[in-house]
Amino acid sequence: MHSNIEHRTSQIIFGDVSKFYGEILGVNRVSLAIAPGITSLVGPNGSGKTTLMNLMTGLIQPTRGRISILGISPDNPQELFSKVGYCGQFDSFPKGMTGYEFVKSFLRVHGYSNKVADEKTWRAIERVDLIEAAHRKVAGYSKGMRQRIRLAQSIAHDPVVMILDEPLNGLDPMARAETIRLFRQLAKEGLHLIVSSHILHEVNVMSDRVVLINNGYILAEGGVTGVREEMEEHPMQIMIRCDLPQDLAARIFASDSVVEAQLHRDKQGLFIRTRNAEAFYLLLNRIVVESGMNIEAVAPVDDDLNAVYQYLIGSNGGGQA
Amino acid sequence: MSSMIEASTVKPAATQLDWSLWLRQIRAILRIEVKKNFWGKRALLLYLFAAIPVVLMFLLAIVDPNGSADIRNKWPNAQEAFGNIYEGLILRTMVFFGCAWIFMNLFRGEVVDKSLHYYFLCSLRREVLVAGKYFSGLLASVVLFTLTTAGSLFFLYYARGYPANVDYLFDGPGMGQVLTYLGITILACLGYGAVFLVIGLFFRNPIIPALLVYGWEWLNFLLPPVLKKISIIHYLHTLSPIPLNEGPLATVVEATSPWISVPSLIVFTALVLFLASIRIRGVSHPSNH
Ligand SMILES: Nc1ncnc2c1ncn2[C@@H]1O[C@H](COP(=O)(O)OP(=O)(O)OP(=O)(O)O)[C@@H](O)[C@H]1O
Ligand SMILES: [Mg+2]
Repeated sequence: MHSNIEHRTSQIIFGDVSKFYGEILGVNRVSLAIAPGITSLVGPNGSGKTTLMNLMTGLIQPTRGRISILGISPDNPQELFSKVGYCGQFDSFPKGMTGYEFVKSFLRVHGYSNKVADEKTWRAIERVDLIEAAHRKVAGYSKGMRQRIRLAQSIAHDPVVMILDEPLNGLDPMARAETIRLFRQLAKEGLHLIVSSHILHEVNVMSDRVVLINNGYILAEGGVTGVREEMEEHPMQIMIRCDLPQDLAARIFASDSVVEAQLHRDKQGLFIRTRNAEAFYLLLNRIVVESGMNIEAVAPVDDDLNAVYQYLIGSNGGGQA
Repeated sequence: MSSMIEASTVKPAATQLDWSLWLRQIRAILRIEVKKNFWGKRALLLYLFAAIPVVLMFLLAIVDPNGSADIRNKWPNAQEAFGNIYEGLILRTMVFFGCAWIFMNLFRGEVVDKSLHYYFLCSLRREVLVAGKYFSGLLASVVLFTLTTAGSLFFLYYARGYPANVDYLFDGPGMGQVLTYLGITILACLGYGAVFLVIGLFFRNPIIPALLVYGWEWLNFLLPPVLKKISIIHYLHTLSPIPLNEGPLATVVEATSPWISVPSLIVFTALVLFLASIRIRGVSHPSNH
């Protein structure tokens, strides 16, 4: 019993949570228990990532179910935000502030004295590497700088739970690497970090845990390797339209990246199932170059799963990166 | 890291009834809001608007010599005329619409800018947020409209001519009247401010409810006594230092004593703000869609 309670106060818990926006499904029947470390929330546009994060921070209320953040209910902002920092997705700011004023003003709203707020502001601004631009108006910042000053604002009060909605968006590779390093550092300090992204590839490297979400449902959850395995149990189906499908099938089977191939009824196409789409696409390229056969179209069939699968395999997903 | 642990020990405690924390937070909100809403160019229009009655009194007193002479010769009439200008123009128009603009925008402006959530993401009780926003509107409107009132009165007294004006002010009932006018202005900001803050929170398009309130307040003099008391202008009207005639159509109701009027307005304001802080729990994150 005692350890159970301890568990509750060190975890973020969703208990059968659903959120409907009127008729529209936001997320459905989500049950999760998130331990400290970096947890990535990965899914395509409209899958419900922001909805989950807004639920965690009490910005919206669940239609059904219960949420607890380290034992605190999201209805209690005063207690919740002494522990939680949320860097939202939207690139909006209060009018007319400099980066420094932006961070400091809200620290003072938290209740910190002028002196403490000033110290914390500089520490946060330093962490995101914006010292030079601190006294310039946010309106004049670049997109990446605005992203970083929002990050600074959300970590400035030293929360133990950081919720970050697409924090790597708009960052150049340097800033991205720096930011990931900062996240790792924060995780090492014992924080919870929940980071959302479109692209598993991007967060894969730093995550302790991945939650895959699509169309409002949690598809898979677990350690990064566990998720990969789970996805491999659901091979992706791809259809290839071409002039010599039988020939293609023979060549494909020479490799082990395909688990199943099936001729289309009109003999002008082939369905294949693969556990490793990346390897399969490479193979297909090679076959086309070697044999000179005419490929008309290549299209994933299994839509729901595929959308997520694309994230698993990274950049082949068609310019999401 | 050790700095994390140090940091959490200086963190303000979130105890149940921490007035000093709340006052600090209200001051922090005031600082943000006043700077954002009442310092910049956006506020210029508001200042020009609030200056209209002062300009009018200035024209009456200085530019139009007859006006000035009238004020000097028929002082009681001039005072009644001012009482009407004060109630009709300053209270019912300037303060009313000025407060509508100021207080309805406190939350709506940030919903439009999508920046309200920065407050929602602070360790801050929603009631304290409402109070902080309200006080920032109150500060701006009280400063602005007491200046309007004082400026208008200044030209009235200026036109009265020296030394009669100084005698009336310091040896007669003048000072009491001036302070009463200023007090009424402050009470008006208090009451209208609360009403418009709530209208701005409850209605997506607050123009129509604001106009309904305007109609209600103007037609107040026609209303039966019971309904009459459900308004702000009724209480302000009964506080007027110069007895004002509401016209032949007015329903007669025994004057409410200031000992009732003033506390009524304050209690009403508190109730409305309480309503607002309940409502604001339901205000969700400004959506991207
Ligand atoms: N305020 C709202 N009103 C109606 N529907 C909404 C609202 N907010 C989100 N939705 C719907 O809920 C679903 C999930 O949206 P959400 O914003 O959580 O997705 P997301 O994963 O964050 O997407 P993105 O990658 O584009 O940020 C979508 O179908 C979306 O249209
Ligand atoms: Mg989103």
